[in-house]
Amino acid sequence: MNTGVFNIPFKAMLTLSWRNLWRNYRRTLIMLAAISMAVWAMIFMTAIMRGMVDDMLHQGVANLPGHIQIHHPGFRDDPSVVNSIDAPGGELLAALNDSQTKSWTSRIKVPAVISSERDTRGISLLGVEPESENRITGIAEQVVEGRFLEGDDDRGVVIGLKLAERLETRLGKRVVIMSQDPDNNIADRGFRIVGLYKARLEALEEVNVYAARGTLQKLLKIGDQVSEIAIIDKDFRDIESLYAKIKAATPDNLEIRAWYELDSYLSSMLNVMDGFVLIWIIIIFLALSFGLVNTLMMAVFERRREIGLIQALGMRPGMIVYQILLESLLLLLIGLSIGNALALATVLPLESGLDISSVAEGLAMIGAGSVLYPNLRLDDMILANVVVIMLGTLTSILPAWHAARLDPVQAINST
Amino acid sequence: MSAIHCMQLCKTFKQGDETITGLDHVDISIEVGEFVCLSGPSGSGKTTLLNAIGGLDTHDSVEIHMGNIRIDQLDKGSLADMRLHNIGFVFQAYNLIPVLSAQENVEFVMQMQGIVAHERARHAREILKEVGLEGMEDRRPAQLSGGQQQRVAVARAIVSQPQLVLADEPTANLDSVTASHLMNLFSRLNQHHHITFIIATHDKRVMGYAKRLIKMRDGKIIGDEKQTPVAIEDVADSSG
Ligand SMILES: Nc1ncnc2c1ncn2[C@@H]1O[C@H](COP(=O)(O)OP(=O)(O)O)[C@@H](O)[C@H]1O
Ligand SMILES: [Mg+2]
Repeated sequence: MNTGVFNIPFKAMLTLSWRNLWRNYRRTLIMLAAISMAVWAMIFMTAIMRGMVDDMLHQGVANLPGHIQIHHPGFRDDPSVVNSIDAPGGELLAALNDSQTKSWTSRIKVPAVISSERDTRGISLLGVEPESENRITGIAEQVVEGRFLEGDDDRGVVIGLKLAERLETRLGKRVVIMSQDPDNNIADRGFRIVGLYKARLEALEEVNVYAARGTLQKLLKIGDQVSEIAIIDKDFRDIESLYAKIKAATPDNLEIRAWYELDSYLSSMLNVMDGFVLIWIIIIFLALSFGLVNTLMMAVFERRREIGLIQALGMRPGMIVYQILLESLLLLLIGLSIGNALALATVLPLESGLDISSVAEGLAMIGAGSVLYPNLRLDDMILANVVVIMLGTLTSILPAWHAARLDPVQAINST
Repeated sequence: MSAIHCMQLCKTFKQGDETITGLDHVDISIEVGEFVCLSGPSGSGKTTLLNAIGGLDTHDSVEIHMGNIRIDQLDKGSLADMRLHNIGFVFQAYNLIPVLSAQENVEFVMQMQGIVAHERARHAREILKEVGLEGMEDRRPAQLSGGQQQRVAVARAIVSQPQLVLADEPTANLDSVTASHLMNLFSRLNQHHHITFIIATHDKRVMGYAKRLIKMRDGKIIGDEKQTPVAIEDVADSSG
């Protein structure tokens, strides 16, 4: 006597399941549409969310700026001119100029007051070397009127549009900027506004004022000292080797920090996002699972007579479960294929950028740009597929179990 | 050795508050190689008795032996195996898997039995020919008449020569020529292969083929006698 649970060849099972699947082809098609749409929504929306978060991260990292920063240990608590550091030299300079570093710059960053003939406001005064600064932050591209700074000893300033509005001043006007030198003496001088920039975050436009690094060093009487060194790597997610290398070359009396240490909100966003994707996928699956269970329950109910029959003929209850699960798996696999194809077909054309400027005003407040770049990740796709197959099969156990428990005599005789 | 031995077999059905008696203390012994007809009016318990013998139903108080096995003590899975390997069924009402062709329906049981593909196909074609369905192997049940469906069910029941065939009204949907053809086939399988047949019927012609006729009424056996079956028509052998 054959007592094995699997007393029927897989091929026969497959035939039976496949044909059963297409018996009520309208219901199967509706279910396939539901599965495909669900999978599409999982993958497509995840790609959009990833794109948005990526954008926020890029933006956040650009605003820091840099993936790695070097400061005086006291600078982050008290960002004053007292906590300046010497311009990089020797070993550190060599490491910074190494080919592994994508780009770096050193900048001065001190609190200051800016006055027009109308108003006065507190600002963050940045002394930058225009070319390398632009490579890190892309500030030159944000200039909408006039020009960005040119050279280390440019005597002009570039301010944000919003600040210009607050000060009731404009391009070409003079402003006075006042700060303190390390000896607590007032250091001030007049600057001509040579450029106005528009940042993605309005808040930045009001605060950041750009002047040339050399000009500020003279004004503040700090020689060649700077406030911080900002470094970018090729990808901000993968900075560990560069970080280690620069850290090794950084003198012990300086503080070196990666972006995720500088802004814990940004880094937690990256981590939270993974959990978010999983929750999103599971929520969609839950909605889908009701339809799936319902469909299979109906299929079992409609076929209870032949399920009774094949049990009577000697199919073990375990095999009935197997057959229903196989049927459900076929349904899921077809639905997944369509859903994945649909997701690829809709996301890939958008990867060059999706203009969402019509709704971007609101999004800008949370740090997103007006062009969205969906980020379709293989691991997200795999996650969606695995969740649908695993949980889908798990959910199908209920109707399958129900089928296996049918009483053959009653099932055959029911109408 | 007795093929089947039931003692004090009872079965009641609950319908709402009512209790309906299906079988009322039935004792029955059937030897290997017997050809038994269960006769009796509708509702007399023939189907219920067949289901009990086939291990398809639970019972109130039973001891059912099949060979040396107490089938009333087997679990669901072992019962399924027992049916698969020892019993061929022809049911009264619902017999075929609608999504499978005639040939596939016949092969289905053999597939579960683990018979290799080419042998399955050959057997199935032979037996379908024998029940007069040559050329209809690829039709689905919906494309066959009631009688043709019944014959596919018969073909499936006997294709792997089980020890026991339980047939519930196997000729109900057949014309008299096909019916006698089928009964001849049963008789031959019984004689040449010692397959035990238990056939529930109220068709007088079918009863004529039986070596033993059991009469039932109200869930009880009211008559049990040996008889000399009618001669098997030779025409069945030659026509195939
Ligand atoms: N599932 C059931 N539920 C309730 N009563 C049933 C059921 N099956 C059979 N019966 C009753 O049991 C008795 C025997 O039925 P059955 O064995 O089908 O008779 P037969 O096959 O001789 O016509 C009948 O009275 C019938 O109404
Ligand atoms: Mg009956």
